Amino acid sequence: MKNMIDIQGLTKRYGKLVALDHVNLSVSEGCMFGLIGPDGAGKTTLYQILTTLLSPNEGSAVVAGLDVVKDYKKLRTEIGYMPEKFSLYPDLTVDENLHFFASLFGVDVKDNFDLIAPIFDQLKKFPNRLAGALSGGMKQKLALGCALIHRPRVLLLDEPTTGVDAVSRSEFWNMLATLKEKGITILVSTSYMDEAERCDCIALINKGKILDINTPGKLIENTDKNLYNASSKDMYPLLEALRTLPDIKDCYTFGATLHIVTNDSFNPDNTISQLRQRGLKDVNIWPANGNIEDLFIKLAKNDG
Amino acid sequence: MNANTLKILLKKEVSLIRRNPIIPRLIIAMPILVMLIIPLVTTLDVKNVGVAVVDNDHTELSRRMITDMNASEYLSVTGCYLSYDEAFLQIEIGKADAIVTIPKNYLRDLTNGKRPELDLKANGVNATKGILGTQYATMSIAHTISQWQAEQGINLPMAKSNAMNFYNPTLDFRNYMIPALMVVLLILICGFLPALNLVSEKETGTIEAMNVTPVGRFEFVLSKLIPYWIVGILVVTVGILIGWLVYGLVPEGKILNIYLATILFSLVMSGLGVFIANQSKTILQSIFMMFAFIVVFQLMSGLFTPIASMPQWAQYITYAIPPRYFIEIMRAVYLKGASLADLWIQYLSLTGFAAALCFVAASTYKKRA
Repeated sequence: MKNMIDIQGLTKRYGKLVALDHVNLSVSEGCMFGLIGPDGAGKTTLYQILTTLLSPNEGSAVVAGLDVVKDYKKLRTEIGYMPEKFSLYPDLTVDENLHFFASLFGVDVKDNFDLIAPIFDQLKKFPNRLAGALSGGMKQKLALGCALIHRPRVLLLDEPTTGVDAVSRSEFWNMLATLKEKGITILVSTSYMDEAERCDCIALINKGKILDINTPGKLIENTDKNLYNASSKDMYPLLEALRTLPDIKDCYTFGATLHIVTNDSFNPDNTISQLRQRGLKDVNIWPANGNIEDLFIKLAKNDG
Repeated sequence: MNANTLKILLKKEVSLIRRNPIIPRLIIAMPILVMLIIPLVTTLDVKNVGVAVVDNDHTELSRRMITDMNASEYLSVTGCYLSYDEAFLQIEIGKADAIVTIPKNYLRDLTNGKRPELDLKANGVNATKGILGTQYATMSIAHTISQWQAEQGINLPMAKSNAMNFYNPTLDFRNYMIPALMVVLLILICGFLPALNLVSEKETGTIEAMNVTPVGRFEFVLSKLIPYWIVGILVVTVGILIGWLVYGLVPEGKILNIYLATILFSLVMSGLGVFIANQSKTILQSIFMMFAFIVVFQLMSGLFTPIASMPQWAQYITYAIPPRYFIEIMRAVYLKGASLADLWIQYLSLTGFAAALCFVAASTYKKRA
């Protein structure tokens, strides 16, 4: 399987700030590749270089066999890009936006409608609604439809589900899975860790550097073995108390509980009684399964 | 350049302009309002200059001078006062703009062949009113004296000054303003609107989606400019019609010459607008930059202040201000009936500006940062 995206030593600086620091990354054809990182990690900069909107300072990037600097004109017909910010014309209707972008690529909506038909299932009902009047989830679907209408080989999605409700997010990812089956290579960035686990392969990125690249399963294997959940009636005093204990390497909130990373000598029962002596009520500690978020916190901590 | 892409983009622009709640109305209403209202309010004609008279002569002649001044359309005598101080008070409270003092024994001295002097003083705070007021008063008094002398059978050779204005015989300020107002409208419509349109694509983020398509930058920028060029030509047409129907002002020269200058000037302003849009990230930035240019354009192009009355160094600067040439062409064609041959320097300058600014606009527009 050949690489659809090949990035070598890519560096982008904004004055003194290094947005991308010698990034190496390759995405094989037909892969759903996740780019995971916090805000300001350099994800959008990477997208802008891959979509020929920005020139890199150093290094090279080849997308669909075309260099982003030299072959940018041809490349623009091979990629579908959905920027983080909604970028369709709010004063054009659903249909007008779709036909407008199709005609700019010189294609007919009818010819490629099969590709976007599942996405347009709901949008079909109001073809004459102005794009600006759509709900967040619908906007994302329309934007995805417009990015796909010229049947690109690579789909580049920059935080497509930010600001979209949980149901629409899940639907959106189901659609991406269908597109992947049709052979489209997808590079998608997100800051939602649960979404990351739906990718074939993910790269963790922070402060312009790639921290790790692997499949979600392999990455999770690499998470700390000594990982526990902790909870009590009052969570904040618990967090403060846990951080003072010698056997605990790290402690952070994780949803409704706390995650604690410990030394091998850690004994949950001893710790529970220690905490009870300090006056904390309903203390509970039990083993946890690590996920991408735990790994990310670990890597970001080592890096920082 | 791809004609089909341009057609698609133009179709989009037109439907976006039509859907905008303000712009289409503004495009229609602004030229009409400007052409109907501004020529009526911006007039340099001074009427009813208040004159306070101090009559120390109290003769038939002095009374006649006062009556004649009061009868004039331009002057109104606020009253006769016994002392200069009393008259001055009228200026201080704002009732009078000028004081005419007729000295004692004025009539006697005049009949004895002496040359008695009248004293005329004006309030310089409103310089135009002051200067014109004293001129009107001088003319009125001179007229009264010569009439009176003729009646008395005295024939003294008097130096008569005779001024006549060519091309605008009544010095009607409207005739001077109407051609220039069309220039102002074009500055706004062909310079401001396309620039704002371009920057708004940056603000809404739609430019990102456009830039990853194969659309070339020339097609994209042209699709922004062409609608406003058409609007610009329509605005000038409306201006010419209003000038004719409302003010009875018809161009002395060829209308085609006006349109040629309009097209050239539209190119100049569009080039400048696109250049400014390329430099700005937000609409606010572009508006401020545009204003900086517009203020200079309005004040230094000879629109309100004649270029000839500017200091020499400022006159040199006006050569770098494109509307100067357009205003010269408009006034010359409208009032003098000038031809292309008379105005070739102005047309050539506009062409030069258009070429230079369009080049700058095209070379600063980049799809890639």
